[in-house]
Amino acid sequence: MKFRRLILANLFRKKIRLILTVGSFAIALVLFTFLAVVNSAFNRGVDIAGADRLVIVNRIGLIQTMPISYGDKIRAIPGVKYVTQNHWFGGVYQDEKNFFPQFAIDVENHRHVYPEFQVPDDQWNTFVKDQQGAIAGATTAKRFGWKVGDRIPIKNALYGATKTWEFNLDGIYHTQKADGDQSQFWFHWKNFDENVPAAVKSTAGWYILKLNSPDDAVRVAKTIDTMFANSSSETKTETESAFAAGFAKQFGNIEFLILAIGSVVFFTLLLVTGNTMAISVRERTAELAVLKAIGVTDRTILFLVLFEAMLIAFIGGVIGLLLAWAAIPVISVALTGLLPPLLLSKTMLSAGLLFAIFVGTVSGLLPGIGAMRMRVVNALRRV
Amino acid sequence: MIRVDGQGSGTSLIQVRGLEKTYKRGGEDIRVLQRLNLDVDKGDFVAFMGPSGSGKTTLLNLLGGLDVPSAGSITVDGDEITHMSGSKLTNWRARHVGFIFQMYNLIPVLTAFQNVELPLLLTKLSSSERKKHVETALSVVGLADRMRHYPRQLSGGQEQRVTIARAIVSDPTFLLCDEPTGDLDRKSADEIMALIEELVGKYGKTVLMVTHDPVVAARAHTTLHLEKGVLVEASKAEPGVVAGGVR
Repeated sequence: MKFRRLILANLFRKKIRLILTVGSFAIALVLFTFLAVVNSAFNRGVDIAGADRLVIVNRIGLIQTMPISYGDKIRAIPGVKYVTQNHWFGGVYQDEKNFFPQFAIDVENHRHVYPEFQVPDDQWNTFVKDQQGAIAGATTAKRFGWKVGDRIPIKNALYGATKTWEFNLDGIYHTQKADGDQSQFWFHWKNFDENVPAAVKSTAGWYILKLNSPDDAVRVAKTIDTMFANSSSETKTETESAFAAGFAKQFGNIEFLILAIGSVVFFTLLLVTGNTMAISVRERTAELAVLKAIGVTDRTILFLVLFEAMLIAFIGGVIGLLLAWAAIPVISVALTGLLPPLLLSKTMLSAGLLFAIFVGTVSGLLPGIGAMRMRVVNALRRV
Repeated sequence: MIRVDGQGSGTSLIQVRGLEKTYKRGGEDIRVLQRLNLDVDKGDFVAFMGPSGSGKTTLLNLLGGLDVPSAGSITVDGDEITHMSGSKLTNWRARHVGFIFQMYNLIPVLTAFQNVELPLLLTKLSSSERKKHVETALSVVGLADRMRHYPRQLSGGQEQRVTIARAIVSDPTFLLCDEPTGDLDRKSADEIMALIEELVGKYGKTVLMVTHDPVVAARAHTTLHLEKGVLVEASKAEPGVVAGGVR
């Protein structure tokens, strides 16, 4: 590119202005990336949901339970391969702020339904035999510095008086995908059932079933809901992705919120950069006129302005993404328990960079077209 | 030989016939140039003088392909430029015209070398070829030792020399100078005029210059006066110059 020296020289012409504009881009990109990461965290359940899994909850709401006897009835429906049940525990480790999801699980079937959660066989076998046992996700184990063999006290106030439940950490699970949920803590449903008040005994929080084929989803869901219609615990059966999306919506319309904030960021950035480029072009009216006079084409003039705007956006974008890359793991740890784990993927980094370049290009468009259409005679007369 | 009666031989480097330029201002038509004829041969050095608003700069802009006339034609070296499209005219300017402005209009963030190199970036010359041309142009204007300097590190006269080097570096067909000494003191103005004379005398360049300054105009071979858009006379006539204008 023969004009690279001119572009670079123009870029660094007003250093303070460049720093401020690049800074705006960087900060906006940090915000943009953070919003994207939060959005992704809330939707992660939807993205990774199995197409062949159904979730059955009490029709009244997720906090209402269902009889444990439903499990066998559901298992008998043609097309159902495995059924397992979970129960929400809701305890904390040592302190209220040390919150993470804990589930009482059906040890016999859980592994069949959730093959993406990987536990070494020896650890799983120990867990199966140990009714006081528990399995923790790698993120949670790392967060609290737990090792296999540790005794884990979990304080709980949901089921009767506040009580500390003691568990043996028999294993640590990982997920196949790096962005999978590795924050859960599982223990035996039997252990749970034996230690909760009578009103909670023999109940399941929700059932998850694995189908022989995703094609059976509609039929099986209808069969289950019909089976338990008019009972004391009517059911609502839906695909796991629909359940995850509904669960995320309980936090409010996160997507809309993020879209709204993202739009404000986008337009503010557009105005800031557009204004900078407009001032920059206006300051260079005579120079652009001379370039045109000596034979630089209108298209090249447009390219020079656009490329400069893109370069500013690119530099700001890269700085912003580097800041986000450094900050998000720290923020994720600080917000553990309040938000799902925040993971900045390569896709998001690429999207962020493309977003920055797009905003840069759009912001340079109006001043660039103005420069392109500028008549040399008028421009020189203005000087 | 300069002619302003439209009776040139047809072999002139620049032929202007019936040139008119009208602007609209507040609903009123203002005729800046009126049926103007001009013939300029290769190697001529002509100065245009006249009061403000007489159309000097408009004429220069039209001759340089920066503006389009309302009527008439301009032919340069056989190319009629009046009907060229915008992009064709841009390419034509790059090959045929060297501009020298009153305010120098150098790019402040580029060195003298880089400023002079700009017109060559539009050619297919290699980097080493461009370097050779730029060094030659800067030597011609006496600034070979200032090529790494930025405009702010040069005096007004030196800046104008860089502008002249930028105008001649691509060896254009002719040079257009709009008040080239208008922003300089007398001594620097003399030096610049001596340089322009050298370009004409030694290198055979064709120069058309607009000026308010009779001392500067006197350095040209011919001075043509523009009054209210009409070429009214030619002075300092050399043998063969046809004086007179079209009214």
